[in-house]
Amino acid sequence: MDKIDPRDVAAIADLARLECEQETLHTFARQLDDILKYMDKLNELDTAGVQPLYSPVRHGTAFRQDEVNQEYSRDEILGNAPDADGAYFIVPKVF
Amino acid sequence: MNEWHKQTLTQIRDKLATREIGVQESVQASLDRIAATEGRILSLLHVHAEQALAQAREFDAQGPQPDCPLWGVPVVVKDVFTTKGMPSTCGSRMLESFVPFYDAEVVRRLKQAGAIVVAKSNMDEFAMGSSTENSAFQKTRNPWDLTRVPGGSSGGSAASTAAGHTPVSLGTDTGGSIRQPAGFCGLAGLKPTYGRVSRFGLVAYGSSLDQAGPLARSVRDLALTLQVIAGPDPKDSTCAPEPVPDYSAALNHRRDLSGLRIGVPAEYWGAGLDQEVREACEQALHVVRELGGETVPVSLPHTEYAIAAYYIIVMAEASSNLARFDGVRYGLRDKTATELKDMYVKSRSCGFGPEVQRRILLGTYVLSAGYYDAYYKKAAQVRRLIRDEFEQALTECDLLCAPIAPTAAFGLGEKSSDPLQMYLTDVFTNPLNLTGLPGLCLPVGLGTTSGLPIGFQIFGRAFDEARILQAGHILEQSLPALPSPAALSDL
Repeated sequence: MDKIDPRDVAAIADLARLECEQETLHTFARQLDDILKYMDKLNELDTAGVQPLYSPVRHGTAFRQDEVNQEYSRDEILGNAPDADGAYFIVPKVF
Repeated sequence: MNEWHKQTLTQIRDKLATREIGVQESVQASLDRIAATEGRILSLLHVHAEQALAQAREFDAQGPQPDCPLWGVPVVVKDVFTTKGMPSTCGSRMLESFVPFYDAEVVRRLKQAGAIVVAKSNMDEFAMGSSTENSAFQKTRNPWDLTRVPGGSSGGSAASTAAGHTPVSLGTDTGGSIRQPAGFCGLAGLKPTYGRVSRFGLVAYGSSLDQAGPLARSVRDLALTLQVIAGPDPKDSTCAPEPVPDYSAALNHRRDLSGLRIGVPAEYWGAGLDQEVREACEQALHVVRELGGETVPVSLPHTEYAIAAYYIIVMAEASSNLARFDGVRYGLRDKTATELKDMYVKSRSCGFGPEVQRRILLGTYVLSAGYYDAYYKKAAQVRRLIRDEFEQALTECDLLCAPIAPTAAFGLGEKSSDPLQMYLTDVFTNPLNLTGLPGLCLPVGLGTTSGLPIGFQIFGRAFDEARILQAGHILEQSLPALPSPAALSDL
């Protein structure tokens, strides 16, 4: 049984703010299905009681003073914006 | 200067420091080598000839700076690092016109040490791939055989350094992306311990896995470069407050491998290994024993689950990290959209290539309600099992060793149509990233069938890069040096 079909892919794409052509939805569905079936391999393992490891960091949270060491100009920060008016980032209307 | 492109970083650095060669001469030699070879291998995305030469003129006028260990040395940096005033595209249309106003911490440290960034190298888009074929701009060729891939995702850095553009380049290793291309192109490459090197300014892909490191033509050169880039950074809280030893000095502390227990994990040496890879790597084991090292059979029984766990985790992290590309502050924007959500969707859909979209979709799926425990949490639990068994093996042994990949470099197009087949090529490199431990790639010879370089890796304990480099350096001295890359030997 397929774990994922083109309709599921379209729903996930919407969550991820992506859109695909019909043909691509079918290709992605087939590829994602293959990959997810491969990942089912993990179910061979009993992991009850195993603490998940989300990060390999071993040291505690590093604290430092919250001080300004480096400032950038507004022009530098707006310099890569697709649209700006010299003071703000400009985006299309929200609704 | 004759044969500049065959010299090591240490040799070039020493000649610059004594003014045996000038900085302009050295940068020009680098640019000339790029001009001669780049048409064949397509390893670079941007060459900064004028800026590099202008900087070289200033350096020559000032004279050598004894506090700068890489003074005047030209270097290549993977395009995943931000470089002030230079494009930093990550191999993606999304960032095609992005010119950062700050340097990544590793780039800042290289420059502070006197290095001159001459070029940015090609890569799989956002470092997602194992062949550099996922670059939005060009497919890099392997300097040993132009019909083969250089590996990935740091394939541009590997091909460039193998071609002799510069004596060292920087790459990043999220699932093998320094070690595998180093192996495919006949270079030494180091993935440091997670937390050894700052990730500030490294465009994030898998934040719990990404680590920057050098690719070079000798282990001594890796030691020299690691010295410059390693150490805590207040701008990256995952960067560890660990002291940084003198790596170059450590290389002189050992003459052989006596007293070292070197584990040989059965799961990396079983069926499925190409005959020529087995021969070259077993020969390296033989040399290890001749040098006094004790090879010990060990087992890492969860190795077969590493690819599945790795890809779930890396895709989950990628889907979160790449949410920042929204067409607002930087990057590509679709100008046809008239309202905000549509602008996000259209910008992302035309800015990201197919492999990046696949990974975002899968990452979104495994993190979504109802699937989070079954995939993401499960993978993180398996990650713990894998790290525990590596650490257990490394209490019994000082180091572990394995081939880089089951085969030498594969052909362009050979695996690019089936994403799962491409993922499976990472079988010997993914597990290390899950653990955070360091690993070295060392070329151990040419395959008897393919004539291509075969890579061998040495894993070690957390923050024990010095021992890995020591062992790699000694082994390197006892193995025959590789000839020049075959597809460029006429240049």
